Amino acid sequence: MLEVKGVSKHFGGVKALNSVSMNLQAGEVLALAGDNGAGKSTLIKIISGVHAPDTGSLAYQGQPLRANSPLQARNLGIETIYQDLALADNLDVGANIFLGREPMKSFLGMTKVIDRQKMLKESREVLHSLDIEIPESSLEQPVRNLSGGQRQAIAISRAIYWNAKLLIMDEPTAALGVPEQRKVLELIDKLRSQKIGIIFISHNLNDIFAASDRILILRQGRVVGENKISETSREEVVSQMVSG
Amino acid sequence: MKLDVIRSIWPWLFLLSMSIFFEVWARLAYDTSFLFNLFNIQSILTFAAAPLLLGIGVTFVIIAGGIDLSIGFAMGFAAVVFATITSSLGGQDPLVALFIGVIATMLIVMVPGMVNGWLIAGLHIPPFIGTLGMYGVARGLGFIVADGVTVPVNNPILFQLGTTKIFGLIPIPVLITAIVVLIAHFVLSQTRFGQYTYAIGGNREAALRAGINVKRHTLLLYMISAGFAGLAGLIYTARFSAGAAQAGEPLLLDSIAAVFIGGASFFGGSGRIFGTVIGALVIAIIQFGLVFVDVEPFWQFLAVGIVIIVAVLVDQSRTRISNGGK
Repeated sequence: MLEVKGVSKHFGGVKALNSVSMNLQAGEVLALAGDNGAGKSTLIKIISGVHAPDTGSLAYQGQPLRANSPLQARNLGIETIYQDLALADNLDVGANIFLGREPMKSFLGMTKVIDRQKMLKESREVLHSLDIEIPESSLEQPVRNLSGGQRQAIAISRAIYWNAKLLIMDEPTAALGVPEQRKVLELIDKLRSQKIGIIFISHNLNDIFAASDRILILRQGRVVGENKISETSREEVVSQMVSG
Repeated sequence: MKLDVIRSIWPWLFLLSMSIFFEVWARLAYDTSFLFNLFNIQSILTFAAAPLLLGIGVTFVIIAGGIDLSIGFAMGFAAVVFATITSSLGGQDPLVALFIGVIATMLIVMVPGMVNGWLIAGLHIPPFIGTLGMYGVARGLGFIVADGVTVPVNNPILFQLGTTKIFGLIPIPVLITAIVVLIAHFVLSQTRFGQYTYAIGGNREAALRAGINVKRHTLLLYMISAGFAGLAGLIYTARFSAGAAQAGEPLLLDSIAAVFIGGASFFGGSGRIFGTVIGALVIAIIQFGLVFVDVEPFWQFLAVGIVIIVAVLVDQSRTRISNGGK
């Protein structure tokens, strides 16, 4: 579904990406690994429309991808989940899932008001479809009362509700406790079974080996390793990250 | 959640305890009732109207994580502009003069609101500083327009509006305030505009990512705040048949106290119009109550000042508890 070919990007004199190529299938989980400054962030920012590449090309669902802004990328179904930046803590689950795109209903035929019933119902359905457990009593509470993992799950369900086909997750488990990390990994599994393509950045090799199908290792802006998870080992990954 | 229950109950507790306090004082000291007295109730509601109007506007701003310190003098500015325009049209039909005066004043008073919004949303000046500057500007302009004196208006319709009681019971300023309260509550709780106000106060970054035009929204919020200050200025002029630049001077403290007593958070993201209504009633009860039991009026400022500090302390401890519980 995504094909990146020979993408390079400079920032001033710094070559952040040097002829990087990669691809992703629908229903595949690709882990991006590499040291700080290896180019992971630059790569996902190019895919999500934050930066434009200097050279090289991107194709998405068989079409050339030219997203000039995150909003355009999102409209194409490419959604980035940043940890903890995504939700308004003081709003409830439905309000967060629908933020900026609230369903409206007529009020006495005079004006339009937010249809909270619909937001609640649809939120319940999308959470259910992803096997996300949030108690009924918490659905109409501010999401600050929920755990980090539940909040992460809400951010992901919002993307799915709005038809994301390609999810980019930046360190989705970094701020979470171990049981919560496991839930997020289960959710990634569930998304894979629904044919969502996932790119996820992580420093945690345990998570990478638990959740992904393939791993792409970057070092100093170049791809230095690309392996199927089933055919590689932690030792090999670490050695590629360090010495390329 | 327990905390949210406390948050919604606490303004009522405040209102109840103040009512009981003055009721007991009045009975013990003067053997009379404080609350079961139509004149007192009318006076409290009338007292509450002006700080409430200012408070409603600034509730929107505070929910979005801002503050507007210019409202008091924006109100005074509106009062003198209104009085000056309306009295300069003294030769016209009183209704025409009044109509032109109202429209022109509301348009003019939007200017300080727009400038506030532009400074804060466009130039990223902290709301506290930007609106403090506007406090000075509006104050100066008010005195300049009024030439340093109170501007009298001789308009019979305006006089009627300011002093008539509907069915001999409800003063028109109170009625207007009540209608405005309902509209503001509707906008804040039922519309996208209200929802985005909460979202911006809760997480500005998330609001931006959700495609909300945060800049435009912020600009509108400060215009709303100025608009309510303008309305308060009109009502002041109607009640006293005169406009004064210092009309809103003591009301800045009262109105912001009303918002915080009403349960809004200093950190943004929470607050309700009906909370501010209760807050304004608490302030009015304290002020009128102190007059009623014959305490010197200077104590009012002290009492309201303490109330603000207590309200923000409670808010802080609530926030600390909820962050600790994460």
